[in-house]
Amino acid sequence: MAWETVIGLEIHAQLSTKTKIFSGASTAFGAEPNTQACAVDLGLPGVLPVVNAEVVRLAVRFALATNSSITERSQFARKNYFYPDLPKGYQISQMALPIVGPGEMTIFDGEDRQKTIRITRAHLEEDAGKSVHDLFSDQTGIDLNRAGTPLLEIVSEPDLNSAVEAVAYAKKMHALVRYIDICDGNMQEGSFRCDANVSIREKGSDVLGTRSEIKNLNSFRFLERAIDFEVERQIDVLEGGGEVVQETRLYDADRDETRSMRSKEEAFDYRYFPDPDLPPLLVEQSFIEQVRANMPELPTVRTQRFVTDYELSEADAVTLTSERPTADYFEATLAAQHITPRLAATWVMGEVFSRLNNDGLSLEQSPVNAEALAGLLIRIQDNTISGKIAKSVLDTMWESGEPADKIIAAKGLQQITDTGAIEAMIDEVIANNPEQLAEYRAGKDKLISYFIGAVMKASKGKANPGELNKLLKPKLDG
Amino acid sequence: MALKEQDIKDIAHLARLGVDDSALAPLAADLSTVLSLVEQMNSVNTEGVEPMAHPGNAVLRLREDTVSEPNQREKLQQAAPATEDGYFLVPRVIE
Repeated sequence: MAWETVIGLEIHAQLSTKTKIFSGASTAFGAEPNTQACAVDLGLPGVLPVVNAEVVRLAVRFALATNSSITERSQFARKNYFYPDLPKGYQISQMALPIVGPGEMTIFDGEDRQKTIRITRAHLEEDAGKSVHDLFSDQTGIDLNRAGTPLLEIVSEPDLNSAVEAVAYAKKMHALVRYIDICDGNMQEGSFRCDANVSIREKGSDVLGTRSEIKNLNSFRFLERAIDFEVERQIDVLEGGGEVVQETRLYDADRDETRSMRSKEEAFDYRYFPDPDLPPLLVEQSFIEQVRANMPELPTVRTQRFVTDYELSEADAVTLTSERPTADYFEATLAAQHITPRLAATWVMGEVFSRLNNDGLSLEQSPVNAEALAGLLIRIQDNTISGKIAKSVLDTMWESGEPADKIIAAKGLQQITDTGAIEAMIDEVIANNPEQLAEYRAGKDKLISYFIGAVMKASKGKANPGELNKLLKPKLDG
Repeated sequence: MALKEQDIKDIAHLARLGVDDSALAPLAADLSTVLSLVEQMNSVNTEGVEPMAHPGNAVLRLREDTVSEPNQREKLQQAAPATEDGYFLVPRVIE
């Protein structure tokens, strides 16, 4: 039987604010436990939540970037459950009236076709604290620094039909939230996490199968592997005559499998109700226009600008703008030294990317920053060094962190452009190769490349190729 | 809607309330009375009335994103039954 996979994603993006969603305590990462948890975050009696305006701005920015509707009067609700890292006994979230309504995002599916994924909604909520199980014997430690950190939960429709599509969507969303600067996207620190709702159905059916929800997927690789595992598991269950149970499952990366956490029967009943402490959140048109006026350039707009302004191919422009740090790095390279866009694009996408890949680094961690790269490229552009030499200079820069000019000077790598010096080398090579010269003069034209190679070798790769080509032929021809 | 004793047990469990078995029947009767009041309200024709989550016309006031709460861990942990190395301690939680 042919099966179709149906996936919807819930993405929790931690909003980049200085303070919590309902209190003025800091959200800085990595502080000593409970030093950034104030009376509001601790849920002490008598405190009242006050909403952070920046949280609202960032949510509206997201709505504008995804063509989503914005709810004029959204409402906070209490989601009730008991857990030690949730001091109030409820999480303040949004249920019936989320701040962001339906929107969409376009991705490329596995066959490079465009596909539009509908966004159901995005709502504001507070994060819980952190439970530490391995620090104390027989007791659990609670750190409430993270309690009250603002999250935007972005919910998609079940429009994704493979793990590949789910990853493409998650990656695009990850790039977008960083582009519009609402979330730092740091997956290790938990700033961007995915839950996947996965079900399967007979191909061609329009009835959704029973789904399982896989929680806490904090890397794109785990997202893909968890979905692949889960789809196989559900097919095995159905083809073995069983039924898929609606349940929450956890992905275990060590064993590369999902396992049941709790089933629907024992599922929490969250008893949502409007939070009486928080009247409706009013987002007026003037507020939206203010946010729009301060909107960072969107990826699609930037792609087109790269094509128009820098005369790059569509494909190169898409690659360079897919992540904001890449686009910023590229433009910073251009700005630093008036590097031609074509040259900078080739080097960023080729030499820089391949070295980052080899070292498993992100662009932000690159040992060679945009200014340093520009310092190298300008020496190709002004013919101080050849592209080939530049690659070895970049290797040295990568290791030592020294600027290109220093390395070029120290190793004496400047191209030889002095006509006299090149001529002298040509004369010597010709004198040392009488047989080849005779063959060349007898009509074996192809031997010219032998002579080019020999002179290059004699110059240790530093002879300017243009000059060499110009000078060599007349001498060979006699 | 008449609540059964099992409903009271379920509700009490969700709220983590300890309810004596002997109290289940009277509670079921009392809460059913509350629900019948809600049912009575449900019978009112509210067609064309915009649902509201909050009484009155109040809307949220927002605050600017500046840190106003300094670290007061020592003070705030005074009321906690158990703390160590800055953590609140609770009985071991098993996932």
